[in-house]
Amino acid sequence: MQHISKEFPGVRALDDVSLQVRPGTVHALMGENGAGKSTLMKCLFGLYRPDRGEIVLEGQPVQVTEPKVALAHGISMIHQELHPIPHRSVMENIWLGRFPLRRIAGVSFVDHRAMHRATQALFQSLGMSIDPATKVGNLSVSKIQSVEIAKAVSYSAKVIIMDEPTSSLTENEVEHLFRIIRDLKGRGVAIIYISHKMEEILKISDEVTIMRDGKRVITSPAAQLTEDLIIRNMVGRDLKHRFPERSNVPGEVVLSVRGLTSPTAKSFRDVSFDLRKGEILGIGGLVGAQRTELVEAIFGLRAISAGTVELRGQRVAIDTQTPKRAKGQGMALLTEDRRGSGIFPSLSVLENSLIADLRRYVRFLLLDDRARRAAGTRMIERLRVKTPSLSTLMQDLSGGNQQKVLFGRWLLTEPEILLLDEPTRGIDVGAKYEIYTIIADLARQGKSIIMISSEMPELLGMSDRIMVMCEGRVSGFLEGKSASQEEIMRLAAQFM
Amino acid sequence: MAVTEKQLKETGPSVPPEQRPRKSPWKWTVQLLSDNAIFAAMVVVVLVIAAYAWYADLGSFLTLGNFKNVLIHNSTRLIVAMGAAFAILTAGADLSSGRMVGLAAVLSASMLQAPDYLRLFYPDLYQTWIWTHLPWLSLWIPILAAVAACALFGLINGWVIAQFGVAPFIATLGAYAWIYGVNGLYFDKAPNNSQPIGGLRGDFTAIGTGAIDIGPISLPYIVLIALLVAVFMWVLMNKTTFGKNVYAIGGNVNAAKVSGINVFKTIVVMYTIAGALYGLGGVLEASRTGGATNNYGNMYELDAIASCVVGGVSVTGGIGTVPGIVVGVLIFGVINYGLTFVGVNPYVQMILKGIIIVSAVAFDVRKYMAKK
Repeated sequence: MQHISKEFPGVRALDDVSLQVRPGTVHALMGENGAGKSTLMKCLFGLYRPDRGEIVLEGQPVQVTEPKVALAHGISMIHQELHPIPHRSVMENIWLGRFPLRRIAGVSFVDHRAMHRATQALFQSLGMSIDPATKVGNLSVSKIQSVEIAKAVSYSAKVIIMDEPTSSLTENEVEHLFRIIRDLKGRGVAIIYISHKMEEILKISDEVTIMRDGKRVITSPAAQLTEDLIIRNMVGRDLKHRFPERSNVPGEVVLSVRGLTSPTAKSFRDVSFDLRKGEILGIGGLVGAQRTELVEAIFGLRAISAGTVELRGQRVAIDTQTPKRAKGQGMALLTEDRRGSGIFPSLSVLENSLIADLRRYVRFLLLDDRARRAAGTRMIERLRVKTPSLSTLMQDLSGGNQQKVLFGRWLLTEPEILLLDEPTRGIDVGAKYEIYTIIADLARQGKSIIMISSEMPELLGMSDRIMVMCEGRVSGFLEGKSASQEEIMRLAAQFM
Repeated sequence: MAVTEKQLKETGPSVPPEQRPRKSPWKWTVQLLSDNAIFAAMVVVVLVIAAYAWYADLGSFLTLGNFKNVLIHNSTRLIVAMGAAFAILTAGADLSSGRMVGLAAVLSASMLQAPDYLRLFYPDLYQTWIWTHLPWLSLWIPILAAVAACALFGLINGWVIAQFGVAPFIATLGAYAWIYGVNGLYFDKAPNNSQPIGGLRGDFTAIGTGAIDIGPISLPYIVLIALLVAVFMWVLMNKTTFGKNVYAIGGNVNAAKVSGINVFKTIVVMYTIAGALYGLGGVLEASRTGGATNNYGNMYELDAIASCVVGGVSVTGGIGTVPGIVVGVLIFGVINYGLTFVGVNPYVQMILKGIIIVSAVAFDVRKYMAKK
C-alpha cells in the first residue's frame, strides 16, 4: 500500500500512509484507538476507497473497489467481531456465495457432498478437526475463528488481515491460533495482524508498523522493538493546550460502588470505586474492558448479580434499577453510541433536548410550549450549539453539535452525577475542546463526573483520578496529574 | 463498519443558515413538488377523474354534494386511521383495526335494536329497568361497552408487543384472527345465528345519519365527531408528554430507554387508545349504515395504513403529523369515491389501491434515503 490518504468530513483518517508486507511474514499493525489501523485495512479490503494512493499486489497496481474484488485478488479479512450465520452449518458458512453446484436435468443444485469433501480437505490441510456439518452456533469462539481462518484460506488468500483475533480467546486458544498462523506463514501467506497486546505482537510478528493520528510513525523488525519503545511511539504527542484549565475541587464521596458484578460471565466483576462531589473520574481501558457495561448497569440498563451502590450514603436498589429511577436519583448517562442510543434523528433539536424531562413543562395536563422553547433556547445559548433554529431536525446537525444537544438534554434534568461514555467520540478537534470546557465547568459547579475514554490524552488531560479496567476487572487507580500513558497501558493489559 | 463511516460523515461542519445558497424560484418549485410528490400525484388523479366524468357525461364530480359524501364516508375511516397511526409512528403496523371495527359494530348493534323489530339479538333486554326508565343510559351503555371491548383487545395487543417483544405486525396479525373469531362466535349466538343485525334504534342511527345546522351549512354529526377526534389526537400528540414519548420511541427506541421513558407503559397505552378509536369507528359504522355483520370493517386496516402512509406518516417511525393523516384520509377517500363515481370495476379499484400504497411507501423510503 503506497501513500494512502483518506479523509472523512472534518477528519483526516489516513495521511500518506505506506505499508509493505512481504509474503510469508506476519506484519503487526499497532496504534491507539482511532490511529487509523482499521481504516487502512478497510481501504485494503475494499470497504473504503482511499482518496489518494494505490495498492500494489505482487508488483501489479490493483483497484480494490469492493470486498468481492479484494477476495478475488486473494486478500481476505477476519474481522474483530465475527459474523457467522449461526443456524447454518460450518461448510455452508465457508462456501457461502460460491457453493459447488451440480446440474441435474439442466437445473443447478447445491452439491452438498462435494462441499463436504472440499471442507474436510481444507480443514485437514490446516490441521483443524471440525465437523463440516455442525451448526456454527454450536462451536466455541475459538473454533468459529478457526472456521473464519479456513474460509479466508479457501479464497486461496495471499494476504490475510486479522483484526484483533485474540480479543476473545483463552491462552490455549491463542497458542492454537499461533500454530495456524505459523503454518500459513510457511505457505507464503502474508498476514497483517492488528492487536493491542504487546507480548503477542513481539512473539508472533516479523515486522511491526506503528500508526498514530492517521500517520505511519515507524516500521521496524519486531526483533528490534521492546514494549517501552512501542508504547512511546504509539503515544508521544503534545498534550499542552488541548485541554481547558480546571479549577474543580473534589469534595465528599457522593457515589460509592462496591463489588458490582455482572451476571454475564465475561463482563465486569467485583468493581469497587468512590466518586466525589466535583470530581472527574476517568475510566480507562481497552475496547472490551466492559467499561460501558459497568456504567450502563449503574444507570439501570443492564442487570447485576452482586454488589451494592450507595448514593450520598443511601443504598440504591441497584437490582431493580431503571433509567427512570436513575434519573430521579440525579444521574445522567451520555451513551457511547450517539446514533444508536442518543439522538432522535427525525425529531427537532427542541424535542431532542427536552425529552428526558418533559414533566417539568406540564401545566394543567398539557405541555407549555413557551416554557419549553425558553428552556431550549437557554440550553442552546449555554452550550453554544450551532443550529439554524430550535425546530431544525437533529439529523441535520454536525456530530459535535448533536453531542452538545445531548449534554443539554441531561443538563436540563439538573443531574448531580454524569456518566459520560466516550463523550468526544467521532467529534472534530474544535468541538472536542468545547466539550472539555463543558465538562470542566460542570465539575467546577460541583457535579460529579465519570468519564469513560479510550483516548489516553483525554483521560490524562481531564481526569482527577483514573480508574483502569481490564477484562471486566479494575486493574488500578492512578492520579490524573501524575499518571503517564505508559502506566495506563500497562494496567489496561494487566490481566491479559 | 457502516456505522463508523456514518459517524464520521456526520462530523462535517454545519452550515449556518445565512451561508446557504438561495434557491431560484424554479428550483424551489421543483423541490416543493418532489417533497410533496405524492400529494401532487393525487391532485392529478382527482383532476383526471373529474375530466373523465365530464367527458363521459356522468355529471360534475367536483360538487359540494360529492364532497360532503366523501366526508361522511370517510369519517369512520379517519378515526380508524388515527388509531392505526400509533403503530406506524413506532415503526410497526396494526393489522387488527378492521376486525376491531367489526367487533364494535356487532356488539353495539346487538344491544341497540328497536324493541319492535322482528328478529332481536336480546329479546329480553327491553324489559329491563334501565331500558324502560333510562333510555338515555340504554343508548350509551352499549356504545361504551363496544368501545371498551376494543380498548381491552388493544391493551392485549400492546401488552404482547411490549412484554414479549413480538413484532407489532405479528402480534396484530394474531389479533386480526382471534378478534374475528370472538366476533364470529358472538354473532352466531342463538337466536341471532349469524343473521345480519338490523332494525337499529332511531336515536342510535341518528348519530350516524343526522346533522347539525350551523347557519346555511348542515354539518353531519359523524363528520363533527371525526373532527373532534382529530383535534383530540392533535392535542395528545403535540401537547402531552405521552405524545412526545410516542414520537421518541418511534424515532429511536434505545435513546428513549436511556432518556428514562417508560417504553412499556407508553406502548400499552398507545395500543389501548388505538383499540378504543377502532371501537368508536365500529360503533359509528353500525350507526351510519343502520346494521352490522361480523364482516364489517373488512380490510379497513388496509385503508387505514394506506391513508397514514399517503399522509406522510413514515414507516421508519417517528415521523408523521395529525393534519397529514387527515389529508391522507381525504385524498384516499376522494380517490375511492371518484373511482366508484366514474364506474371503475371494484376489483380494478383494489389493484389501484395496492399500487398507491406501495408507491407511497417507495416514495417515502426514497426521501429518507436521499437525506442520508
